[in-house]
Parts: sequence; structure tokens; C-alpha cells
Amino acid sequence: MSKPFLSVERLTQSFPDGAGGTLTVFENASFGIEKGEFVCILGHSGCGKSTIMNVLAGLAEPTSGVVKMDGMGVSGPSLDRGVVFQNYSLLPWLSALKNVTFGVKARYRDWSRDKVVDHATRYLAMVGLEGDVIHRKPSQLSGGMRQRVSIARAFANQPKLLLLDEPFGALDALTRGTIQEELLRVWSKTEQTVFMITHDIDEAILLADRILLMTNGPFARIAESVEITIPRPRVRTEIVEHPNYYAIRNHLVQFLGKRSKELAGRASDGASQSPAPVRIDLTAPAENPEPGPQTGPESGREPRAHLKAVHG
Amino acid sequence: MQTLSVNKRAAILSVLLLIFALGAWEVSVTRQEVGVALTEYEILMGLGQPRAAVPPPSDVMIRAWEQLSDPFYDNGPNDKGIGIQLAYSIQRVLTGFLLAAAMAIPLGFLIGMSPVAYKALNPFIQVLRPISPLAWMPLALFIIQDSQASAIFVIFICSVWPMLLNTAFGVAGVRADWVNVARTHELGSLRTALTVILPAAAPTILTGMRISIGIAWLVIVAAEMLVGGTGIGYYVWNEWNNLDLTSVIFSILMIGLVGMVLDAIFASLQRAVTYAE
Repeated sequence: MSKPFLSVERLTQSFPDGAGGTLTVFENASFGIEKGEFVCILGHSGCGKSTIMNVLAGLAEPTSGVVKMDGMGVSGPSLDRGVVFQNYSLLPWLSALKNVTFGVKARYRDWSRDKVVDHATRYLAMVGLEGDVIHRKPSQLSGGMRQRVSIARAFANQPKLLLLDEPFGALDALTRGTIQEELLRVWSKTEQTVFMITHDIDEAILLADRILLMTNGPFARIAESVEITIPRPRVRTEIVEHPNYYAIRNHLVQFLGKRSKELAGRASDGASQSPAPVRIDLTAPAENPEPGPQTGPESGREPRAHLKAVHG
Repeated sequence: MQTLSVNKRAAILSVLLLIFALGAWEVSVTRQEVGVALTEYEILMGLGQPRAAVPPPSDVMIRAWEQLSDPFYDNGPNDKGIGIQLAYSIQRVLTGFLLAAAMAIPLGFLIGMSPVAYKALNPFIQVLRPISPLAWMPLALFIIQDSQASAIFVIFICSVWPMLLNTAFGVAGVRADWVNVARTHELGSLRTALTVILPAAAPTILTGMRISIGIAWLVIVAAEMLVGGTGIGYYVWNEWNNLDLTSVIFSILMIGLVGMVLDAIFASLQRAVTYAE
């Protein structure tokens, strides 16, 4: 098996727990992301999703383990890995346009001023920000517009890997829906590799090629990698009609509601912990009649017969 | 009356208060002039001489008019126009203040960015900061051996602390998110300092500069009373020695006006760099 574009190998993060011992957030976590793939990671608060994100971004050092991108080990932050933070992280003294050109200038240092502005304006237009609005300061923009600027800044830099840390967490449901669709549109144009943290199951199904499911901490692990077997382009109102939608959704709900707790708190005993691939596809002919062995003992009223779990 | 805006009503009230205060002052000082008939003994004792008294506001206004209509005359060391004296003071304040800024802002950056530097320098700052700037004067006169430079040193030492502490505080308080933005964009330390930390901390730094210029203007008057020669502080003390209270009151008002202008300049700079989150 060839190495994926991004491979995370035996990542461990532990902190002193303040009482002399150590608190292991996650241990020996390993997973990969292919080029052009959109991967979401779902898990409860405090399970270490953001820690993984910070390690990938280079903003935090793992206790042990390596992250390789394109075969090269990464350390420290880099323009190759763009980040969209949950709280937008726009510089409040710069206009929306200047916030984007700030990034573009850092990425393409030899570009002329006009070219930088042109490039930035194009990416702002992609997320629906045009005209006078782009000269406003972040404080004069709504939360949704601010996050659009932040997304435009990240995409305009054309990083090899885009990291989104709960980008829509602070937005109301309606705005979130619109921006999710904009994100999908921009993504489909650019073929970016995206790794995104989210709390929102529907959001993850709409956006992702694959969803990584994380158990609760301590000793959290990425237990499953669920493939989203819904064809693109996806539209929110249409995917809910797809036969796989609720099957996948139920699986995710069961995991987060029950099994994330049941699987928590187990040390890895030094073994590398890769997620078990899960593929739920009701549209495919059931070539595997074996009743779903991997969905856990109480996975609810799911159509288990159609679940096919493959060990990696 | 109800249709007037708050600003207009406040302006009317201000003018009324001014008229009332000046009127009360005028009436209270002129009443002293009313003398009773003196006995021969009293006249012999010199009590009939006009007594030095607080001048009425009308006298002060006349003096202000005289002075302000020719502010830059120069009739030798003890008789210079108010404009020249103020210019000397402002020049000293700005020199000391700018020297202090040139040292305090870079040093404040260092302290704000490095917890080690902060902890190492903090005890010194805490001891030096509460020292009255004038307490440095004898030492400065001895070491520098020049009264003008000593006055500038006193301004330097009093304006350095607010700028130093505010810069350090502002820099240390820059949101980690913004620094992370700089890091993920691979900005070097100098570019991070100039394009992210400086604009982020600028409102706090300017607050420090505004406090400093205010203190510097308070201190220059006292410093010039000590070193003498030129400046508005020397002018006040010289007029006191001349028993010219009209000029003393006039110069007090001028000190207040210049201080207000200096503060207004820094307030507008502060507004220019302030951002809303």
C-alpha cells in the first residue's frame, strides 16, 4: 500500500496533569489523507481534535510521533498548511481585502501589488464578497462574512493542505448552510486537500469524502473512518433523499452517543492505532451477507445487514 | 429648551459657569481695595501703600492680550515673550519624551515578548518607577554638569515608565490567534513584530505615550523652576519673584492650555490606531 499524501504516524500527546502524573490525550494515533480528499473529524469536546489540528498546523509539538506530507516530515508552521480558525482570526485593523492580501503577500513575495490585489479580490468574490464590502473592517462585517474572508484568505494561499478548525461553530444555522455550500463550491474548483474539525454531523456528511470518528479522551483514539457514499456534487436539500444519508447518519449518531464513551480510556499498549474503515452503501448490491460485525453490540436500529466493515 | 442637543446644553452651562466664576472672582478681589480712613500712625507704618493682592480677572485678560499680541519679543534674559518661554519648554519636553520613546518602546517589546526578560527587569522597574522625577535632579546636575540637559533627563526619566509598561503590557496581551496567523504565514520575527504585534498593541502603546506626555508636561514646570534660565516654569517663578501675580495667573492658564493641546494631539493619534474587534 502506497503512502497517502498526508500520513500521521503514531501521534501521541500527553500533558502533565498537575498532580505529578501525565494526562494522555491520545496515543499512537495513525491515519492518512489522500491528495484532494476532504476529511472531517468528529468527536466530543476535549477528545483532542484541536490538538491534532494544531500538530498538523505546526502550532504545537506532539509528545511523540510524526506527521509526513508528500513524504516529508513536517515541523513548525508553514504556508503549505493553511489554517482557518474557529474565531476567524482576522486582523481587526485591516480591511477584509487587506486581510487576504496579507496572506497572499506572505505566500507570493515576488508578486506585484496589482497582482496581489487582483488575486485576493478573485478569491473574495468566490466566497460571495464583492464591491464595497471588501474594504470594510472585520468589526463592520457579520460573523458569516468574517468567516468567508477567513476562508478566502486560506484558499487564496493555495496551500497543499487546508486545515479548518470548526469554521462554522460560531455561526447561526442558516448562515452556516450558505457558507457550507460556498465552501463546497470553492473546494470543487480548487481540488484542495482539506482536513476539518466539526461537531455537526450533517455538516460532516455534506462536506466530507471520509469522516474520522474519535472516541472520548483520555486515551482518545480515531476509531473509525467512515466513507461517505453519497455522490457529488451534493446539495443539502437533495442528499437527505439519498438512501445512504440516514444510514450513515444513524451510524455516526450511534457512535457519538454511545460507542465513543464505551471505547474511551483504553491505553494502546504500544500498538499503532489506525481507524477501522467503514463503508455503508445501501445502493450497492449486498455482496457481503455477513451481518455487520464492526458496528458494535448495540448499534441501534440500523440496517446492519448492509454494513460492511473492513479491517485495515 | 427641550429641542437643544446635549452638546448645546452643556456648552451653555459651561459658559454660564465661566461667567459666574469670573464674576465672583472679580467682585471678591475688588472688595479688598475698599479702604477705611487710616490713622496717621498707620500711614507712617506704610499700611497705606497699595497691598499686593490677587489681581482681578480683568487685569489678567488685559495682560493676556498684551502678551499674546507680541508673544515672541526678547528683551534680554529676564524679559522674553510667553511664546518664546513656551517654545523652550515644549522643545525640552519633546526632546526628553522622544528619547524616552526611542528607548521604552523597543525595550517594552522585548519585555512583552519574553517572560524571562519581564521577570528579570520587573524588580528594577518597580523600584525606579515610583521615584519622583525631581529626585533625580541633583544627581543629573552632578553627572551631566549641564542644567538644560539635566532638565531633559528629568523629562526622559519620568516619561519612560508609562511607555515601557504599556508597551510591554500591550505586546504581551496580543491575542495568540493573531500571532498564530503570522506563524502560519511564515512571517519572520521582525515582520511579525511590525505587521502584527505593533498594530495590535498600538492602542495600548499610545495610551502609554499619552500618559507620558501628560506627566512630562507636569514635570517640566517644576524642573524649570529649579534649573532656571528659560522656559515656562522659570517664567512663573520669575514673575513670582517680581510679585507680578497677574503674569503668574496668566502663565498658569497658558500651561493648562498647552497641556490640553498636547493631550488632544495624542488623543487623536490614539483614535487613529484604535481598532474595533
